[in-house]
Amino acid sequence: MKHIVIIGNGISGATAARHIRKLSSYRITMISGESEFFFSRTALMYVYMGHMKFRDTEPYEPHFWRKNRIELKKAWVKTIETDLNRVLLDTGETIAYDQLILATGSKSNKFGCLGEDLPGVQGLYHKQDLEQLERTAANQKVCKHAVIVGGGLIGVELAEMLHSRQIPVTFLVREKSFWNGVLPEENSELLNYHIKAHGIDLRLGVTLKEIHSDNQGKVKSVEIAETGEIIHCNFVGLTTGVSPQIALAENSGIATNKGILVNKFLETNCPNIYAIGDCTEQTDPLPHGRKSIEAVWYSGRMMGETVAQIITGNRIFYKPGHWFNSAKFFDIEYQTYGLVSSRRNMPEFEAQIHWIHPDKTKGVTLSYDKNNHLFLGINTFGIRMKHETFDQWLNDKITIYQVITKLEQAQFDPEFYKSYVNNMRPALLESLPNLAL
Amino acid sequence: MNSTPTNSFAFINPDSYGLNSGQKIALASGLIGLFFLVLAVFQVEIASNLTHFILALGLLGFGVIYFSLAAYRQKFAGIKNDGVMFNSLSSRGIIGWLIGISLTAFYIVLYFYPSFLGLGGNDITNSGLIALFDPFSLWLNGNPATQWFVYGTLYTLAILVFGFKFIQKYWHNRYQRLRTISVMFFQLGFAFLIPELMSRLNSDTFKLPYYDLKSIWPLNYYNFDKYRVNSFIDAGDLGLALLIFGIASIFIITPILTYKYGKRWYCSWVCGCGGLAETVGDPFRQLSDKRLSAWKIERWVIHSVVVFSVLMTTAVVYSYLGDDSSVYWLTKPVFLSAVAGLLTVVFTLTMVFKRKELGKDAIYGAMGYFTVILVLIGLFVFDQNDHVFFFKSSELRKSYGFLIGSVFSGIIGTGFYPIFGSRVWCRFGCPMAAILGFQQRLFSRFRITTNGGQCISCGNCSTYCEMGIDVRSYAQKGENIVRSSCVGCGICSAVCPRGVLKLENDNLKGRINPTQVLLGNDVDLMALMNQR
Repeated sequence: MKHIVIIGNGISGATAARHIRKLSSYRITMISGESEFFFSRTALMYVYMGHMKFRDTEPYEPHFWRKNRIELKKAWVKTIETDLNRVLLDTGETIAYDQLILATGSKSNKFGCLGEDLPGVQGLYHKQDLEQLERTAANQKVCKHAVIVGGGLIGVELAEMLHSRQIPVTFLVREKSFWNGVLPEENSELLNYHIKAHGIDLRLGVTLKEIHSDNQGKVKSVEIAETGEIIHCNFVGLTTGVSPQIALAENSGIATNKGILVNKFLETNCPNIYAIGDCTEQTDPLPHGRKSIEAVWYSGRMMGETVAQIITGNRIFYKPGHWFNSAKFFDIEYQTYGLVSSRRNMPEFEAQIHWIHPDKTKGVTLSYDKNNHLFLGINTFGIRMKHETFDQWLNDKITIYQVITKLEQAQFDPEFYKSYVNNMRPALLESLPNLAL
Repeated sequence: MNSTPTNSFAFINPDSYGLNSGQKIALASGLIGLFFLVLAVFQVEIASNLTHFILALGLLGFGVIYFSLAAYRQKFAGIKNDGVMFNSLSSRGIIGWLIGISLTAFYIVLYFYPSFLGLGGNDITNSGLIALFDPFSLWLNGNPATQWFVYGTLYTLAILVFGFKFIQKYWHNRYQRLRTISVMFFQLGFAFLIPELMSRLNSDTFKLPYYDLKSIWPLNYYNFDKYRVNSFIDAGDLGLALLIFGIASIFIITPILTYKYGKRWYCSWVCGCGGLAETVGDPFRQLSDKRLSAWKIERWVIHSVVVFSVLMTTAVVYSYLGDDSSVYWLTKPVFLSAVAGLLTVVFTLTMVFKRKELGKDAIYGAMGYFTVILVLIGLFVFDQNDHVFFFKSSELRKSYGFLIGSVFSGIIGTGFYPIFGSRVWCRFGCPMAAILGFQQRLFSRFRITTNGGQCISCGNCSTYCEMGIDVRSYAQKGENIVRSSCVGCGICSAVCPRGVLKLENDNLKGRINPTQVLLGNDVDLMALMNQR
């Protein structure tokens, strides 16, 4: 019987395993050194905040894997012997495969700053990072002040986490406004306000020069490059993004660039070896302007679904639909569908219109094509909108006017919630060029 | 390289979850109020009964209300679950166990040893705790208090003040606010004030049974007991109207509302048990067991209770009906045939129209149905007046009242809040919930929809589901949640960080929508997978 080996038990690997099982009776082995069972990485923050226990982040009970004959192996893979079709584990064991799927995920970025390897400095990605965080920043007593460097999603999550244990946080963001490399300025400003309102010491437009240690070799303070200011702290969170975890592939002779290189069939340069999820870099262009490296939950899951089809004999190619994503910034939920560019990345044809509620906890930004007025995408803050509806509208290629006219249809807020569509509609229409509809 | 600690999630209790000064004052006030009640139990007089009563309940009520304001009003509106899993109260710590044991002890005393609380009777006046409530009881209904009046008052106060707390906690969520106001209203008005005031109408010649109008058979399993039916009938038009209302509640009103809104219209908007679970029980909702094995046990236990309650009620009514149709048209055989007929109609309709949706459960449904029918036939064939086979129907009624009415719904259902979560009774024991759930699963517009592919499997929804539904297992597949046990509290939707879940009433078509591939992936792939 064909033996499929999957390295990595995150959303990509676990999805691939589940779908291969649905479509075949191949032998499946899933290897991970990080955790015994698949857990939701995005939920690690809630474990630290005490919303959930770690086992609550595991979507399947242990018997699920037994019942579905997905063998789990808790070990780190040392090398892949591509010519012999087998992997070597750190336990000394070797496992032979017929087909191998790499789903090794990402790792936290470092940028070569002095002191970044000190104890008390860490990123937040793996389960082990959370365990480390529990040791260095368990409470206010062991961590009197924390500094977070890097204004992205993980950074703001880490700020919320530390804040939940009442640890004072200074948040250093290189950009002039939080996450404005991704969000339009209007959205970014709303978040600056919200983050500060929660008592986070948000510093915009500053970078880290150096991390100082005390005489025990632990983190003592950080120095800001622009001002020379010294901030005393017991913990430094480095959240300057993640990049594909490619070391294993690289050492085993599998072609890599920033990520493990795969074509649209998710095949690497080695026969019988596929790669999916965060660790990949697509060599074929993707539809809808999707990026060659996407470290998001949903892309990992979709690649898992696709590779399962390919391995079980239905050779389709990876073709993600319209971009969508979501996040939560403290109390503000964020959803996005389609293309909404930041100022920095804005293509020439894109224009945007905005509505921000006066209380600065709700807002939307819609983007459209200047030339033909076709709707391109939406960002929502504090308002829930329907994925299906926007996906349909993007497929149907309707105009921005049509979208605004029937925006109610996309609402997904709970029952009895106040609808803000009537508040935002005049404001949105007003900022549109006045054209015959 | 492989030194991965797997058990390092044993958290040290972070000190930062301590109470703020306002919460401390509130807690002290509440504890003093509670202490005053305990003093009363031990017959310690500190003031007149009325003063003592007002002081104790006032301090308790003030404590909870001020605690909520101190805890939530200073913060941004949003989800307030920080530290839930570290808090001794809400994570089965020592405080949780102590409260669980105390509540259980209270229920045992209340149900079986009310004299310990100072219940008088037979010309002995009330003393202790119950005497404290005498002035209030006299003012409200003209009679001295009973242990049930004490319980009813405390129960209502608890729903009101903890309801206030719940509203503060979910201030940003209008569904939660309205729902809580609704349970507070129904508890205060329908369960407490109206029945108390109704009993004022009673005289030597006119007597209505105590009737909580929102309590529906089989939840109020005693509603068709002989003494009640007699007093309904004796009370003339008003009594008859109440009796008809009691029957219409379960056979007409309930099915219509459940069809339109799901069982939530009752379980989390009206019901008193649900009301207590949603307000007082809110800190314990995450303790419900989410395992598949718990779901299996749940289905066996709750449906057995339904069968038990149907049989018990049938036997009780059967026992006091006559045989002579010239005296009264509803005779023993007519009644039994009517019950069997109704069950057969429901069973046949379900099997004809909903066989597919039931799947394997159809077999269990059929088993339940045939058990009941066999017993009904047995009842008739082996008719020994008031015996159901070897049991006297009054004994059956008594053991139901003891096992289900007292032990299950009270002692386990509420006493074990801090151990098993807030909805143990509703989930495993309530026959009303089972009947509504059966309908919700098969003939209702209600469902929880999921938002395309946005789920990140974080598990907040499952963790905070008080009914132990693994909401995530549906959400991560993009599948609607259509479960008989869902009480529609809406907390899964509230705690979802990605805006994935929404409670909705919509068409029956496409309500159950198993999908293989989630939205976001290539459209052709979706079509392909969904064809399989």
